[in-house]
Amino acid sequence: MTSVIQALNLTKVFGSSTAVDHVSFDVQKGEIFGFLGPNGAGKTTTTRMLTGVIPPDAGTATILGHDIRSEPVLAKQGFGVVPETSNAYTDLTAWQNLMLMGELYGLEHARAERRSNDLLGMVGLLERKDQKVQAYSKGMKQRLILSMALIHEPELLFLDEPTSGLDVQSTQMILSLLRDLNEQGTTIFLTTHNMEEANRLCHRVGIIRSGMLVAIDAPEKLKTAIDRVHRIEVSFDREVSGDLLAGIAGVSGVNRTGDKWQIIAENQDTAIRSLVAFGKQNGAVIVSLNTLVPSLDEAFLRLTQEEKP
Amino acid sequence: MNPAGYPEQVRRAWAIAKKDIRIYYFKGPVLIFGVFMPVFLFLAFFMGSRQLPLSFLISGLIGMTLFFTATAVSPAIFPWEGSAKTLERLASCPITVEAIVMGDMIASILFGIGITVITVIIGLALGLSLLHGSTLLSAIILAACCFSAIGMLLAVPPTNVPSNIMMLSSLIKFPLIFISGIFIPLEQMPAWGLVLSICSPLTYFTDLVRYAFTDVHYFPVMIDIAALAVFAVVFTAGTMCLHKMTMPQRM
Repeated sequence: MTSVIQALNLTKVFGSSTAVDHVSFDVQKGEIFGFLGPNGAGKTTTTRMLTGVIPPDAGTATILGHDIRSEPVLAKQGFGVVPETSNAYTDLTAWQNLMLMGELYGLEHARAERRSNDLLGMVGLLERKDQKVQAYSKGMKQRLILSMALIHEPELLFLDEPTSGLDVQSTQMILSLLRDLNEQGTTIFLTTHNMEEANRLCHRVGIIRSGMLVAIDAPEKLKTAIDRVHRIEVSFDREVSGDLLAGIAGVSGVNRTGDKWQIIAENQDTAIRSLVAFGKQNGAVIVSLNTLVPSLDEAFLRLTQEEKP
Repeated sequence: MNPAGYPEQVRRAWAIAKKDIRIYYFKGPVLIFGVFMPVFLFLAFFMGSRQLPLSFLISGLIGMTLFFTATAVSPAIFPWEGSAKTLERLASCPITVEAIVMGDMIASILFGIGITVITVIIGLALGLSLLHGSTLLSAIILAACCFSAIGMLLAVPPTNVPSNIMMLSSLIKFPLIFISGIFIPLEQMPAWGLVLSICSPLTYFTDLVRYAFTDVHYFPVMIDIAALAVFAVVFTAGTMCLHKMTMPQRM
């Protein structure tokens, strides 16, 4: 796979505080990469360094094969940015904002017009294209910003909290658009606080805490990785002995919870295979079997909690 | 298309200029300020110094008009855009800081030239005769470039509070008016005043305008033109370089 973003030891210092501390990661082509962290962890600063808005104090970032410091224009030509704060020109109409973006990305006039029409139609703003942006609602502004970021059909899209504070309708529209874009091949770098959004959308997530990257993996792997032991909830169609269950391979503990058994295992795969074999041997049919993994919220909280001495 | 090449960056600078004209210059208060401010200054001196000929004062009015209009809005664009976060949008677009500055300068040059042409027409309507039209045109173009670069230089301090910049701008602009031979002819200036006036690009522009209308000048015409050109190049290079350095501090 090709790396679309390569961050190597990115560092940013503001006065005496290190906002981003030697952060390194790669984002592969076609991926939706979530960048998570509590407020002030360094998410936006990292995104700003990656998008060339502020220079890093140390480290390098290569975007679409171009170093963001030495070839900023070539790097920026290939991506679009949806910042946290809506920053369309409020004294211009939606159409004028899109045409301005078209010109700044070097699009021919006819192509810019065609793209503007398509994008405004896609985000449901075509009928209000000649209205000044100052009259738009927050959701409308955010949809316009997304359109502006997509005017040049970028290979890579940076989004900083794109659904923050939006109503359900606008949120769903934006998330659905992001999924569609990703299916069409756009790589997405998404900064978000919304764990559910990250869980459902991202192929991999990176978690940053106090300027340092503390974890990077697929959401499911991250959830399971934070617990050394795994919990499996199983119920059978008949009574089975707790002692027998505790003795099977891969099971290190057993607790009864109502009509179910909660199995504690160090190796989830071995324990599930053993439970299936146990059922067969004892003529007990498995009625339900669930792996109990922490939510991404729990993983996030666990990983971003400061270690106490 | 090479997005980083000069032709493409100039094209993008033009997009910035069009945006500036739409948002910042085509506003009633800006247009009114651009015309009225020099006119009222002119009237104040016209009434207070009746011994000075009209041709002298009109030349000064043209000098003031171009100076005030070309530096009226450009110092505040960066702070405005910084506080509205639109500067961050531009910073993430494939356009260099130099091209953004150039775009802002183009808008200010066009605005300055447009309003100054109106003042020239007023001068002609008042009975002045234009003796050296091509010199006046060259002077207006060169001076517009130079003054718009001064306007952008005033915006270099990385503050996003426009009033701070406007205060700094007034502190620098008004004294320049009084040392540039607009109200006091260079011939009547004390030695120290003359030394100061040599440092002001407005002096050379006013001298050229006076030459264009009255055939009288203090410095040789070529010196005036060369001085304006040097100021324009130095200020433009300086403002681009300094904005590149301070831009990240605005984000």
